[in-house]
Amino acid sequence: MAGVATSGRQRSRIAPYLMILPALAYLAIFFVIPFWSLFRTSLSTSGGSVYLPTLTFAWDFGNYAEAFTTYQEQIFRSLGYALTATVVCLLISYPLAYVIAFKSGRFKSLLLGLVILPFFVTFLIRTLAWKTILADDGVVVSALGSIGLLPEEGRLLSTSWAVIGGLIYNWVIFMILPLYVSLEKIDARLLEASRDLYSSSFRAFRKVILPLSMPGVIAGSMLVFIPAVGDFINADYLGSTQTTMIGNVIQKQFLVVKDYPAAAALSFMLMALILAGVLSYTKALGTEDLV
Amino acid sequence: MSTVASTGPDTGPAESRARIRSRRRLSSGKVGDFVLRAIAALVMLYIFLPIFVIVLFSFNKPVGKFNYTWQGFTLENWADPFKYPALTEALQMSLVVAAVSTAIALVLGTLLAVALVRQRFRGSKGVEAFLVLPLTAPEVVLGASLLTLFLDLGWASGFTTIVIAHVAFQISFIALTVRARVRGFDWTLEDASLDLGAGPVRTFAKVTLPLIVPGIVAAAMLSFALSLDDFIITYFVSGSTVTYPLYVNAATKAAVPPQIDVLATVILVVSLALLALGTLYRRKRPV
Repeated sequence: MAGVATSGRQRSRIAPYLMILPALAYLAIFFVIPFWSLFRTSLSTSGGSVYLPTLTFAWDFGNYAEAFTTYQEQIFRSLGYALTATVVCLLISYPLAYVIAFKSGRFKSLLLGLVILPFFVTFLIRTLAWKTILADDGVVVSALGSIGLLPEEGRLLSTSWAVIGGLIYNWVIFMILPLYVSLEKIDARLLEASRDLYSSSFRAFRKVILPLSMPGVIAGSMLVFIPAVGDFINADYLGSTQTTMIGNVIQKQFLVVKDYPAAAALSFMLMALILAGVLSYTKALGTEDLV
Repeated sequence: MSTVASTGPDTGPAESRARIRSRRRLSSGKVGDFVLRAIAALVMLYIFLPIFVIVLFSFNKPVGKFNYTWQGFTLENWADPFKYPALTEALQMSLVVAAVSTAIALVLGTLLAVALVRQRFRGSKGVEAFLVLPLTAPEVVLGASLLTLFLDLGWASGFTTIVIAHVAFQISFIALTVRARVRGFDWTLEDASLDLGAGPVRTFAKVTLPLIVPGIVAAAMLSFALSLDDFIITYFVSGSTVTYPLYVNAATKAAVPPQIDVLATVILVVSLALLALGTLYRRKRPV
């Protein structure tokens, strides 16, 4: 028996490394290496002709300063849009996730499936549907106009709100799912206990459910904020030239203008912003668990 | 509770006071419950609003090239859903890409997640932190950096490069979803099973797997949807291969046929049918 136990323990010492190796090797080749070369690009100076540009690595931090001063407006706009979208997503997702987790009984898995269902329609088609919904001659604009919420000749399409609305819609599922997962794991007996100890429903929520669902809140916020801040489709389909985000700039620099050092520098600035946001957020909420 | 006490602590026996208290709590609970359910229903409605539009517009008879405004009811689009072979091929391509990349990422990601939850090993914290990094990278950047790599390696862009790119962003999603899902479980059940004489294989099949399967299924669904949906990264690494989102994006620049909405509706109905089947199956076998 003792012999079996030791060999089991020895096996388990290398087992985890064998289990993590394939995934880590994959990420090293297809994530770390490409990023390293992109990072080098962000510090390179471009020379040569327009048709055959050459990049020379030169620790050129000027790329960063230049990109920041030129596209400051888009950077701050992206942050504002993504932050607003994240907060709204959290506010609308929590009640839904709560109801599915605690009050749906035998319909739980059906409801969960229904929530996911719309997101099996391609992101671009959903966004195009919003274009129809918010159109100038559409139902929503005329309804808001008739009750005086929207001025005459007022429009929804091509405004900041249309872009933010698109961001909210397209990533709300990434808020609902982690919230549901963390809520569903809460032991219902804890709630009963808090009731038995004369806690009001609200207090039970604040003292029991909310803290225990924090991992879901954090994961959801990150999963919404990060894609939202780098997105360019919503601004492209639902916005105007006044609502361009940093994603639009990066995409254009990469694929149209082909100013690779500037595009790479902007990319790394965006990631630094996201990383700073994520770290301060998790620190503020004080959890050791990121997801 | 304190109001009850202040209006008259001695008005009745403790039993009736308790009843008043519980009734009050029940009624305020009912209102709160109703409001909560109403909000949830509204959010659900909001989630489905564009879906209604898509289904409705699959019956639209558009004037001109763009299916953006309602013109009139027709069944023509449904009579000929595969009118545009390029659209159909793009959809097939996306489904194959999603299936292949999800299968690969599921194996890699689940192994990683289970190792992180079940084993304490040196460097596990570092691995966890590292896993978050691909999620903090904007898609634009992932796509561009991968394209640079493929150009350096001299690989032609196409099906393989799309699958490689999709797996790269799916691994973290799967590993973190599965990990979040399985972390709370009582793993001493495994020890119990081993103590009771079940072998490691049987323990894995009868105890470990049933515990982690719900998490894996959830991760697989999310991951499949992510792949099917991905536009930005695919845009960079696709070469001349056209996936469904790429087709749609090209269409917005030239012409948006109603068949796009028809096929989107078909996907929805198929997903709904699978969902219903899954629910029925689970209800028949209450495990």
